[in-house]
Amino acid sequence: MVGGGIVGAACARQLEREGFHCVIVERDVMGSGATAAGMGHVVVMDDSEAQFALTRRSRDLWDAMELPDEVEFERCGTLWVAADEEELEAVRGKLAYYRERGVEAELLDARRLYEAERGLRAGMAGGFLVPGDSVIYAPCAAAWLGRGIERKKAEVLTLGDGWVELRGGERLEGDIVLCATGAWAAKLTPGLEVKPRKGHLAITDRYPGAIRHQLIELGYLKSAHGDSTESVAFNVQPRRTGQLLIGSSRQYGVEDGGVERHILERMLRRAVEYLPGLAAMQLIRVWAGFRAATPDKLPIIGLARNCSRTWLATGHEGLGITTCLGTAELLADLVMGRGTALRAADYAPGRFA
Amino acid sequence: MQYDLIVVGGGPAGMAAARAARDQGERVLLLDDNPGLGGQIWRGREDLRLEGVELGLGHTLTEWRGEAKRLILACGARELLLPFPGWTMPHVVGAGGLQALVKQGLAIQGKRVVVCGSGPLLLAVAANLRKAGAEVPRVAEQAPWEKLLTFGLGLWRWPSKIFEAVGYATSGYRAGLWPVEAWEGGVTLSDGSKINCDYVACGFGLVANGELARLLGCRMNGGLVAVDDWQRTSVEGVYAVGEMTGIGGVEKAEAEGRAAGARQRVTGNWGAFASALAKTFALREELRALATAETIVCRCEDVRWGRIATMGGKRQARLEARCGMGACQARICGPALEWMCGWGPENVRPPLFPLSVREFLRDRDEAGHPPTGHSL
Amino acid sequence: MKIRVNGQEVEVQAGMSVAAVVMNLGLAARRSVTGEPRGPVCGMGVCFECRLWVDGEGPLRSCQMPVREGMEVVTDAV
Repeated sequence: MVGGGIVGAACARQLEREGFHCVIVERDVMGSGATAAGMGHVVVMDDSEAQFALTRRSRDLWDAMELPDEVEFERCGTLWVAADEEELEAVRGKLAYYRERGVEAELLDARRLYEAERGLRAGMAGGFLVPGDSVIYAPCAAAWLGRGIERKKAEVLTLGDGWVELRGGERLEGDIVLCATGAWAAKLTPGLEVKPRKGHLAITDRYPGAIRHQLIELGYLKSAHGDSTESVAFNVQPRRTGQLLIGSSRQYGVEDGGVERHILERMLRRAVEYLPGLAAMQLIRVWAGFRAATPDKLPIIGLARNCSRTWLATGHEGLGITTCLGTAELLADLVMGRGTALRAADYAPGRFA
Repeated sequence: MQYDLIVVGGGPAGMAAARAARDQGERVLLLDDNPGLGGQIWRGREDLRLEGVELGLGHTLTEWRGEAKRLILACGARELLLPFPGWTMPHVVGAGGLQALVKQGLAIQGKRVVVCGSGPLLLAVAANLRKAGAEVPRVAEQAPWEKLLTFGLGLWRWPSKIFEAVGYATSGYRAGLWPVEAWEGGVTLSDGSKINCDYVACGFGLVANGELARLLGCRMNGGLVAVDDWQRTSVEGVYAVGEMTGIGGVEKAEAEGRAAGARQRVTGNWGAFASALAKTFALREELRALATAETIVCRCEDVRWGRIATMGGKRQARLEARCGMGACQARICGPALEWMCGWGPENVRPPLFPLSVREFLRDRDEAGHPPTGHSL
Repeated sequence: MKIRVNGQEVEVQAGMSVAAVVMNLGLAARRSVTGEPRGPVCGMGVCFECRLWVDGEGPLRSCQMPVREGMEVVTDAV
């Protein structure tokens, strides 16, 4: 298992259950990459049928887990905020889509929106509430998923069919090699359609009860699913600690992982537009990280090109925390040669060819 | 505004640097997070002046965007606080911390204070607390007598320090003694003695406030900023002076500040004094084991020692237990864990101190007040 | 000079810090994550144990904050 992020940890756990003896090769500590840098939401998203199927299945798997306290699982729900009547109107289709597929959701008019979240700026049109969504503390989730699995602290430099070579020259072989290195997967698998997409986040001091739901502007979908080189959207989560985690930004073509003030400013201004009370809150930390983005916003899960023993599980972009469990299930079914509940072709590595 | 020099820190080192640069005709801005000049040692003194230097007091530097020709870091030091059972109770305060709070108006008259930990600061604190009317039944220094004696005999090399030491000579001073547990209304020391008191003033020496230097990429040497004989750091145009380059007190700080301000070579053997201090007051092994599994190590996030003791390093402790992820940004638990487990410092990122979202955006508040100039 | 601490009017001297005022009243500045009372420790703005609320904003370091006429201080909030 190359990569000890939440996707690698979830896959290793699943494969151990299938009888494999796994070793996770991670250059840093478990969950220290995008897993630690991200927001940690378990959400159903509807950019495509395949995304909906994967996120929904994954959310069910999270809901069925007996998680330890430190994972901080909170079913706070996602409240998509409609800034105007146009956005509210557009969301009716979304409501029907979720309901047809058996995912609980409801439309909130302005009055009910402010009952749900009194801190929102006055004048919003309404909202779309998905009560079954959750937030978790992803680094602890990754550590917990990977608990009891053998680990090796090393950096993989070369990925072959059924083998890897580590920095220092050591070679490891496996009946299966799985590459789950997120945004950097293309380094080991040249030509893979995965690009780093940078994001910034900020977290406040503790303000328990300031917000109750994960709040996202409906314009988020344009930001998340569009291809512009730089975009921001309002997305704030209540953490169990009482802290508010503030996102989000998306940038292509930036290699440097440092915090960029101009984008952080845009992101925070957007957040204050929706949630004016944020302005007076103390910001205690800001950081940036990289998502693993693919052209169709779907992860890459399946056998690597020209390989019979090396598999890929990457490209989860901003949804790896949600979809790691669905990914692990699908991957294990593929490895075992079983039928899959999800349409494997939708996530197959060869689909871009 | 374009300055020739920005000095960060308004203690003895920073003041000396600002003055020396001003005397050479430079346009100088001096910033300090504290509301007054003087740093910790001269806190509350009302006679301090810096004419011809622009002052930004009460201004917290949270980011650096490089708008001065020259930057002198004079950020000083903070106390090393080591976790022991009960150390998070409100009556346990820093030794220098209690002294600072007294200067801020804390009523200490008639209060009983046990001063403990390590370093010459304990003596100064005890003397000042007594002067302010406190009763100090015990000053417990963890270093053994032998080392203190050797250090005392070596003081002839720094004559001014002898007068200082004699001035602080104090009753109730014990070497080879340290706190093991604080409890409501008192503290237990390593010899088993239980002392009732209103405050336990505790500090295990000083550690440099190196965050800004590290943010700027200055080379560090241990926990100190590495400098040459002109106080230049490894980063072009950035100087470091005072406690940041070695814990050595006021004279060293002023000598270094003057040199950096005037772009001259520093004089005096203050580096040797700093090393003699470090050697004498080196912390004993027993102090690594004061914390029990239940003892809180990270005070911001209430992370207990038992949760992180077996972890592989600071990064894991941060990610999985949130150790050092709170508002103080590991300024307290970081140095403690560095000493206890050898965990190196984490990377420093802006903002260096928490600030409101509004201040970060440099917006006016609801009353129309501009931001207090937190970033440069 | 007068300020209010948790709704009570308190007479203070100019130049005092809010942290010192709160300690003189025998109050903790804040509650920790697990509910422990905490008060000022470092007195110089680095430990963040003295955080409290002033004029509806917080949590702010009270040791770095001189008293101002009429300020409203709230301790023991989160």
